[in-house]
Amino acid sequence: MSNMTAKTLFSHTMRIAWKDLTELFRNRLGLVLLIVMPLFMMVMVGFIYPSNGTVTNLQVGLVNEDSGFHNVYFSQNFTMGLQQINSQTHMLKISNISSSAEIKDMVQKGDIEGGIIIPSNFSESILTGQQGTLIIVSDQSNPQISATINAALTGVFDAMGTSIAQQKVAPLNATNTLAVVKPFNVQTQGVVSGNPSYFDFIAPGIMAMTVMMSVMTGLPVAISQEKEVGTMDGMMVAPINRLSIILGKTLGQTARGLLQGVIIFLLAIGLFGVAIQGSVLLVFAMLLLGVFSFVGLGIVITSFTKDQETAQMLMMTLMFPMMFLSGVFFPIQQMPWYMQDISRILPLTYASDALRKVMVLGAGVPQISTDLIVLIVFGAVMIAIAVPVFRRMMTR
Amino acid sequence: MANESIIEVKNLTKMFKKFTAVDDLSFDVKKGEIFGLLGPNGAGKSTTLRVLSTLARPTKGTATIGGFDIVKDDNEVRKLIGIVSEKMIMYNRLTAKENLQFFGSLFNIPKDVLTKRIDELLELVQLTQWKNAQVGTFSTGMRQRMNVIRALLNTPQVLFLDEPTLGLDPQSSVEIREFIRKLNRENGTTVIITTHMMVDADLLCDRIAIVDHGKIVALDTSANLKKIISGADTSIIKLNIPNLSSVLIEKLQALKCADAVTQENQTELKILAHGNEAFDNIIDAIRTNGGNISSMENLQPTLEDVFLHITGHQVRDSADQKIPVEHGPRFGTPQRRIR
Repeated sequence: MSNMTAKTLFSHTMRIAWKDLTELFRNRLGLVLLIVMPLFMMVMVGFIYPSNGTVTNLQVGLVNEDSGFHNVYFSQNFTMGLQQINSQTHMLKISNISSSAEIKDMVQKGDIEGGIIIPSNFSESILTGQQGTLIIVSDQSNPQISATINAALTGVFDAMGTSIAQQKVAPLNATNTLAVVKPFNVQTQGVVSGNPSYFDFIAPGIMAMTVMMSVMTGLPVAISQEKEVGTMDGMMVAPINRLSIILGKTLGQTARGLLQGVIIFLLAIGLFGVAIQGSVLLVFAMLLLGVFSFVGLGIVITSFTKDQETAQMLMMTLMFPMMFLSGVFFPIQQMPWYMQDISRILPLTYASDALRKVMVLGAGVPQISTDLIVLIVFGAVMIAIAVPVFRRMMTR
Repeated sequence: MANESIIEVKNLTKMFKKFTAVDDLSFDVKKGEIFGLLGPNGAGKSTTLRVLSTLARPTKGTATIGGFDIVKDDNEVRKLIGIVSEKMIMYNRLTAKENLQFFGSLFNIPKDVLTKRIDELLELVQLTQWKNAQVGTFSTGMRQRMNVIRALLNTPQVLFLDEPTLGLDPQSSVEIREFIRKLNRENGTTVIITTHMMVDADLLCDRIAIVDHGKIVALDTSANLKKIISGADTSIIKLNIPNLSSVLIEKLQALKCADAVTQENQTELKILAHGNEAFDNIIDAIRTNGGNISSMENLQPTLEDVFLHITGHQVRDSADQKIPVEHGPRFGTPQRRIR
């Protein structure tokens, strides 16, 4: 390609991109939605997903069936302890219930989200040197809340058990009773300081997704729309390189996607308190690389969609599995193996993984080199496939 | 060199899967001519235009414009031509000026030349005062004028017009026709126009190719085409029969001398008939079947009659009425047309 043709290709590309962006900025409603959409996504996903620190006032029923042992009711100490711990965390809202049958009824009605049963032999077991049994009743229709209650109660019971044990070993004259009862002191330490929330987990993923989707799905929609309205003919009948049409459109869509990416980035920091550990420059370089890896795919899809309706349907069909399979909202490690395998062939997985490492863990280029290589190779291969396919489509 | 050909079409064929839209067309268009492709919708006129204007590739055959091959030298061809599509080629959210600047810049016209050209063109169609208004706010007539001048940005030698008066009110249609004629006369622009409107073809075109089912069935000047009918001792008879019935129409259709019988309205019939005794036979047939003739007229042939005579069906027969392009709401969704 001579210098002159390269120059005109570039100038036509810029013209087309500029035209697309002018149209975008004149569409006020569209512009508002462009900002509102990522905001909704952040708010929805970020606030709805339960984390231990945020759950409060879970309705729990308590059934005390303890019949005592020689008029000693050990369960009274237990419930007092429970109330005391809960008065600090406010995690549970405990109501007393007369029978275990009622727990089932109330869970079914949705009045309570779980229950605790203290069996009749509770005091007897403990005072005769056996383990006292405690039963946690869980609501199987709501596994996430059940798991939260389970974890919370187990923690409480564990702490209470430890203090009982410490009292029992006191006569042994040990200097540190806790060391006798619990020989291990387990501490958790993050790679970086601070305590990241779920927003820190999803913000990079949503950023990567929005930017990449804008080329993969925005491109087919934008081009098929021009074909349908007829304006595509106006460009096709001009003596320009066909490549500048697709490049110009891609550039326009990329700019749109990056704009959304910046909005999410700012919302994440300003509104949701996400702390960026790594280099901001690297964050945006990653987003651009994500776009690059999807351009080819976007062009291939464009070549096969004849009208806007198909393009939009295709967008929905591709977007949903991508969203959930690439670990944007949920860690891929919790998926079954075959879904993890699919996840491993989606470029979005690598982009959101790399972005998360940079934003949350402060990683640099060396730490995310595998992700980078995968994205570059995927992008290059897809573009190599896309260009001939697109040329054939344009000259039908 | 009045007879120099600017477009030469040889055995041009365009197929979509198994459907042959354009079937082995061959014709020449002379420089400075207004050439019409007349035929019903679906006859292959628009496809022919798309192939000639490099928007679609021919399946077989070749064509040259200004000596350039439409496939091999497509970009050279594009520099010579302008196309006014049946669809409006413009962006609703851009202003008139921005639209023209955008499309003009794709032709590598130097900026100062382009600016001057845009002002001239806007002036030419009296849109100067609207040049900074978004075209989404324009009326259908204004949009069509925009659509035409967009095609003239590169001062084309050949202008293709696909159904340029479709969906326009009579006033705007007249304006567009006047404009095309002026362009042809003053700039010597060669014009190829497709239409299913007989008036357009008759009033505008130097030569007309009648197209049916992808083939040219007749090609000549309007006057010569009409002679096909007068020369073939065919008469066009218009009858007014107050008690017209379907039974009567059937009887008339069965007559040997009647080539075609069409019902114009509740009481009016038009019969294309041949032979010396055609009048007698038709009158006899009506009388014996109880019809009253209130008036009878021997008409001059129109292009419609020529079409009917050659193809055996009316132009509008196979034409599912096209929906006129609507004027979209200001910030509405882009218009969609059902094909």
